[in-house]
Amino acid sequence: MKKPSHTGKAITGFIFKALTGLCAATIVAVVVYLMLDIIIGGLPHITWKFLTSAPEQGMTAGGIFPAIIGTFLLVVIMSIVGVPVGVITAIYLSEYMKRGSLFGRFIRFAVNTLAGIPSIVFGLFGLGFFIQFVGNGFDRTFLPAGSLLFGKPCLLWASLTMALLTLPVVIVSVEEAIRTIPRELREASLALGATKWETIRKVVLPGSITGILTGAILAVSRGAGEVAPILFTGAAYFLPQPPHALSDQFMELGYHVYIMSTQSTNVDATRGIQYATTLVLLALTFLLNFSATFMRYRMRSKAVR
Amino acid sequence: MILPEETSRIASERVASLPFEPEPTTMLESIRPISRQRAAMKPRSRMATVQEFCIEKSIAGIAFISFAFIILILVFVFREALPLFTGNATDDVGRVPLFRLFTFSWQPVSNTPAYGIYPLIFGSFKVTLISVAVAAPVAILAALFTTVFAPKAIKEILKPCIEILAGFPSVVIGFFALTVLASAVQKLFGIDYRLNAFTGGLALSLAVIPIIFTITEDALSALPKSMREASLALGATPWETAAFVLLPAATPGVFAAILLGVGRAFGETMIVLMATGNAALISPSIFQSVRTMSATIGAEMAEVVFGDAHYSILFFIGICLFLFSLVLNLTAEFVVRNYLMKRFSGSSR
Repeated sequence: MKKPSHTGKAITGFIFKALTGLCAATIVAVVVYLMLDIIIGGLPHITWKFLTSAPEQGMTAGGIFPAIIGTFLLVVIMSIVGVPVGVITAIYLSEYMKRGSLFGRFIRFAVNTLAGIPSIVFGLFGLGFFIQFVGNGFDRTFLPAGSLLFGKPCLLWASLTMALLTLPVVIVSVEEAIRTIPRELREASLALGATKWETIRKVVLPGSITGILTGAILAVSRGAGEVAPILFTGAAYFLPQPPHALSDQFMELGYHVYIMSTQSTNVDATRGIQYATTLVLLALTFLLNFSATFMRYRMRSKAVR
Repeated sequence: MILPEETSRIASERVASLPFEPEPTTMLESIRPISRQRAAMKPRSRMATVQEFCIEKSIAGIAFISFAFIILILVFVFREALPLFTGNATDDVGRVPLFRLFTFSWQPVSNTPAYGIYPLIFGSFKVTLISVAVAAPVAILAALFTTVFAPKAIKEILKPCIEILAGFPSVVIGFFALTVLASAVQKLFGIDYRLNAFTGGLALSLAVIPIIFTITEDALSALPKSMREASLALGATPWETAAFVLLPAATPGVFAAILLGVGRAFGETMIVLMATGNAALISPSIFQSVRTMSATIGAEMAEVVFGDAHYSILFFIGICLFLFSLVLNLTAEFVVRNYLMKRFSGSSR
């Protein structure tokens, strides 16, 4: 009587275990397949010339140089604006905020909310606020009537929109780093007569520099991969030259992939370019993510010690 | 007091929070000579206190930026949609009152434009439902495998894989769906259209799986060890423990994970824009093309006339997306804070 129920149990147990294992294996298989597909499809087309020349013949030949430079400028300007704000917000949240204060709760809520807003809504906001309100307002006030400088999609507004989108990434990462600094270190500094700000500047910030870098790298990786926010705040279909001023439009890798694979005149003929561009984008984000993971790992193991 | 005000306040707070009471006399003895020395070297002026105050206020001011921008996002997305509410929205044909949005046909660029957003709402929900229906079981079972059954070596492979998947830019997943997945699905099911709701949902599930997996795994590993041990000691097998004890106990976490997954799927733009075919149809078949709210904004905003009714309507759709994601996030946070945290605070640590 007892034996069959036992084997039944064992069989169900095995099936259940196998099912969960299968799910995990599926995820691994999909990730491996995805990567292999893009590497195999893209690698043969990546040459030095591809990386350093502009698109030619109506984007059916040539390289992606302007897109690489555009992406680079986008993430650099984004970081210059976004990282300091993120770091200071993280300092406020972890050092100054009094427990349960209403103001602090508002900011915490804002950071969480900002992380959850769909990226396309950031694009709408960039269009409605930066371009229509700030840019147009600037042009109307400071420029002769009818001329347009910042009242149109451009590098500056796309970067600012992206900075806003990646702000929570920086904040969360820096906050985590600040929390790994032992309380004793802070107390020692305060006991020596240093003021709170001196303690933050000389003890807390140097100690969390890895976390700040990790946050910046993760933000750059996220920013390089997002396309929706720049669809109508600055990305251009085709430009032979990289942007020269903040008020220029620019090409971007992710946007280039989207355009080439959906709106190109001959989608099949440019398959190689599409794969190669995707591979460059993927390599860029992975390199960034990998270094961030590595730094975070080292930071955590140091904190445990 | 000779010590600067700020430091002494913090020091007293810290001392008060210490588990034991230090004797006041020893405190004074140890502090006095140092501070006297300091005072002789460099008297801390009122300036320093003022400086500290200014720094604290400016830091608070910069921290306030994130909150200010939440308000600004609401205000400025709403501002561009305002003509719809005041009745001033016009297109080539004439005035567009708000009620024309609540109809069943979306044809904004035609001789007789129709602005019904129902097909778009339907499309968003359909793709989201498909993607979560695929992603949730896979991600939850895989998380269960990782926390309960997997040996350490396999864990070391699985976790980076999930992180890699989470790091994929959505446009790359969209590209993969467009070139590889769409053809495979078409061949497998023998359907007429390469791009349809199912292909889009499947591609979208790749973006949703990491979210559901990570949060479920967090919830499962936050469960107290005693719970698992008690179940095993009562004679339950490991899989019974996993399925009937651990998973039910982590339900609030799993629920929050699914909610956040829904939020991600609902707001995602590039994947659905590239993989769903973008035809605004209301059809029960999962192999029909759909047009989601986010994809509509992404596809049409670049070609729209500024200030036109169509322009305002796209911003209106943006408000809907914003509010929906806000509600989902708040619900998820509420669930986690009120059920998961409360149930295990104290017992887990």
